[in-house]
Parts: sequence; structure tokens; C-alpha cells
Amino acid sequence: MRRWLLPLGLIALLLGAWQIAASTGAIANALNLEDFLVPSPSEIAAALWENRGLLAENAWVTLREILLGILCALIAGVGMAVLMHRWRLLRDAAFPLIVASQTIPIVVISPILLVWFGYGIGPKILIIALFCFFPITVNALDGLRSTDPEAVKMMRSLDASRWQRFRRVEAPAALPSLFSGIKIAVVFAPLAAVFAEWVGADAGLGRLIQSDLANYQVARQFAAVFVLAAMALILIGLAALAERRVVTWR
Amino acid sequence: MRLEIAGVSHSYGDLRTLDSLSLAGEAHGVLGLVGPSGCGKSTLLELICGLQDPGAGTISIGGASDGEGRLGRCAFMPQSDLLLPWYSAIDNAALALRNRGMGRRQARGTAAGLFERFGLAGFEASRPDELSGGMRQRVAFLRTLIAGKPVLALDEPFAALDAITRAEMQEWLAAALRTDPRTVVLVTHDVEEALYLCDRVAVLSARPARIVAELAAPHPRAPERDAAVTAPEFVAAREEAMRALRDGSR
Ligand SMILES: Nc1ncnc2c1ncn2[C@@H]1O[C@H](COP(=O)(O)OP(=O)(O)O)[C@@H](O)[C@H]1O
Ligand SMILES: [Mg+2]
Repeated sequence: MRRWLLPLGLIALLLGAWQIAASTGAIANALNLEDFLVPSPSEIAAALWENRGLLAENAWVTLREILLGILCALIAGVGMAVLMHRWRLLRDAAFPLIVASQTIPIVVISPILLVWFGYGIGPKILIIALFCFFPITVNALDGLRSTDPEAVKMMRSLDASRWQRFRRVEAPAALPSLFSGIKIAVVFAPLAAVFAEWVGADAGLGRLIQSDLANYQVARQFAAVFVLAAMALILIGLAALAERRVVTWR
Repeated sequence: MRLEIAGVSHSYGDLRTLDSLSLAGEAHGVLGLVGPSGCGKSTLLELICGLQDPGAGTISIGGASDGEGRLGRCAFMPQSDLLLPWYSAIDNAALALRNRGMGRRQARGTAAGLFERFGLAGFEASRPDELSGGMRQRVAFLRTLIAGKPVLALDEPFAALDAITRAEMQEWLAAALRTDPRTVVLVTHDVEEALYLCDRVAVLSARPARIVAELAAPHPRAPERDAAVTAPEFVAAREEAMRALRDGSR
């Protein structure tokens, strides 16, 4: 109860303060701005309601990019981690490169990706997947390597094949760590999506935020940010829920 | 199945662990290995089980002296119980059956019979962390037993238990081996435990381990443990083993 009530109370307090400050024009005056550039929470709520169709349409576009991007990163990242765990040589060769690749700003190469792959959903998925690949791969590999070598010996002695050792010992041992990676990826993915849409898109919340900014549709822009944040929160919640359902032994 | 260790030496890089050990264990006999901590007891057990290969010398079990052959004939119970937290007690016990391709239901059915016999009835569905230390060791022992291998290699199975539980578990293991005799190699640092549970006890020196004494136990696995361990001949054997242990540690 307390866990929920206190943050909710704080949110109400902040919104109330914002409402008063915005509707009396205090913020606009202080910043020397036109009133319509500083929407109050009630104006944002109204924009949210009036534009619900438009927002939902664009949210769906972004959500699809996020989910597909995370899925691709998950498949590639877990696959890469398993291969690196299985073949030491590959790990020694590829792991430093994967770490070093983090210094390449995806922000900078994104326009190139767009030029190469066009303005469809493909490059967005790729950019999101590039953001998510690293935390997933590194955490999955960490998890696999955290397997107790004694447990592997025990399984060998109990006639386990390599696949059975992986399935019954190494993979479950890696799950908690993998979920840490997924949770990081889920936090990054919406940001990556907005960013990918800014580089070039004709739909999506990121694109809407950008065009609203250009057209001084500030209330609707805030509404879009709100939807994006809500979507991210729900995704994080779902990831945490999935973790609790899967990793029942922690 | 007869166990023969002839002139076995081993080292981890520059760290010499075993120094031309020779030992033999009778079929259906319990061979005890005691020695100071860090002398190479676990290493010797892994060599016996075919989990590692000796640098020099031969180990043969029922005539098989290659690693694969030994691996097929030994069931290894590692030093910590290593119950897998993602499986219930019964699924942990049934691991060897599952590894051999038996279906889950049938494997559980087979294990359930043994749960009854070993005083674990009612704990089939328990998670390992819900079990007491003694219970966990019983499940771990059962997991080793169910593998159906002729040789059991037990690495300090009761070292983590308190004194009372340990004495109970020793009686329990003695009873289990009276009804289901196997060739057993038991590693322990507890001289009394070795002399109570084993037919013969080899005392190892500090690293690199060699054999300082071999003793025959006066009353192996006697039903009345308290009477057996206080009998004068037991006390004399214990003193002799302790002396050998002290001499070997210098
Ligand atoms: N995989 C390994 N690599 C290098 N050294 C090891 C390894 N395993 C054990 N050792 C070392 O070998 C020695 C013997 O270990 P171990 O067989 O576990 O002894 P014990 O079981 O008698 O306590 C110890 O000094 C230990 O630190
Ligand atoms: Mg040891």
C-alpha cells in the first residue's frame, strides 16, 4: 500500500504544482514565452483524449518496431552468446570486438543505415536491435559462464550429453542474468525507436513528437511523450513479470 | 566392481597434487580416503571417475582404464550437494534417468519408490532450498545412487552438516549400503566417519599426496553406531589414523 501510495501522492503533488504554474501563466511569464508553449497537465490530458486515434496509430507503429527490434536482438544476442560459450576461440576473437563496437555511436551511423536500407521498418528494427544486442549478449554470456563447473562434472558423471548439460544446467543458470540484459534492452529500446524515427520515418511516436515540435503542437507533443513513457513502463513491467514467471527459484 | 589405482601422479600446471599413488578397492567394498584439506582428495576422486586423466599411472575399474570407460562406471557426488535450484527434489534425484532419455513421468515414478525407502516421502515436490541440510544430502546421494553405476564416488558428503545430523546421516548411509551394496570410494577429512563407514581407509599426506597408512576398519557400518565408535578397537584404529594423518601433514 505504502509502496504505491507515496509515489502516487508525489506525482499528484507535482502535477498539481505544474497545473497551477502553467494555468496562471507563471512559467510562460518567467521564461518569457507564449502561453500555448507551456501546456498545463489538463491541456495535455485534453490533447491526449482528442488525439487518441492518432496517438494509438503511431504508438502501434513504434511498439511494433520495439518488439521486433528486441526480438531480433534476443535471437542474435543469445545465439552469439551460446556460440561464444561453446567455442572458446570464437569468444576470444569476437568478444573484444563486441565490446569495442560499443564505442561506435549508433546515432552517427544511423543515417547511413537509412540510406542503405530505405525508410521502411527494416532500418528501425536494425537500429533498435543494435542498441539492445550488447546488453543481451554480454549478460547472456555472463550467465552461461556463471555455471558451477562442479555441476557440469556432476552432470557428465550422470551420463548427460553436451546438449543435456546445456539444457538442464547451463541454460537455466544463465536465465537470471539474461533477464537483467533484457530489462536493460527494454529500457533502451523506446529511446532507440524514437531516435530511429527522427532520422527518417513517416509514422511513429518519435516522428509525431518531431513534427509536433516543428508545428508548435506542444500539448500533443507532451501527450505523445506520455504515451511513449507509458509504453516503456508497461514493457519493463512485462519483462519483470516474465522474469518472475520463468525464474521461479530466486 | 574392482578398483585399481597404480602409480598415479597428477599436477595442475606446476602444482603437484598426487605423487605415484597406488591403491585398490574391493568390489562391493567401501574405500575411504582421508587427508588434510587441499591435499588432492577431490582431484583423486575426479581422476577415478574419469572426469580428468592422470598425468602418469593407470586407474582401472572393472578392467576399464580409459577415461570414457571409468566415466561410464562411476557416479560422482560432488563436495557441495549441487542440487539444481530449478528442479524439485524428485527431478533432481531423477536427473540420471532423464539424461538416459527416460520420460519425466516414468523417471519420477522410479525415483518416488526410492524417496519412500530413504525417508524422503512427502518431499518429492519440494524445492531444494526448502530442504534441510540432511535432506539435501539424502537427495544428492539418491541422485548418485539412481544412476545405477557400479561405483559411487562420494566427496565429503557430510562435511557441511552439524555434528548430530552428520552422525544421523552416517547411520543412514550405512543402512543404505547394507541393503544396496556398491563399490564406494568415500572422501572425508573426518577420521571417525571414514572408520565407521569404510572397510578400509587410506590416509593421505599433505600435497603432493602419497599414502601414509592403510587401515582396516574394525566394525564397518555396524547397525549400532554409538557402540561401534566407542569400542576399544575402534578407538585404537582412530588413534592410529590420527597419528598417520599428523605425520603425513608435516
Ligand atoms: N582446477 C584446478 N586448477 C588448479 N588448481 C586446482 C584445481 N582444482 C584444485 N586445485 C588445487 O589443487 C589442490 C588439491 O585440490 P583438491 O583436490 O580439491 O584437494 P582436497 O579435495 O583434498 O581438499 C589444492 O591446492 C587446490 O587449490
Ligand atoms: Mg575436496
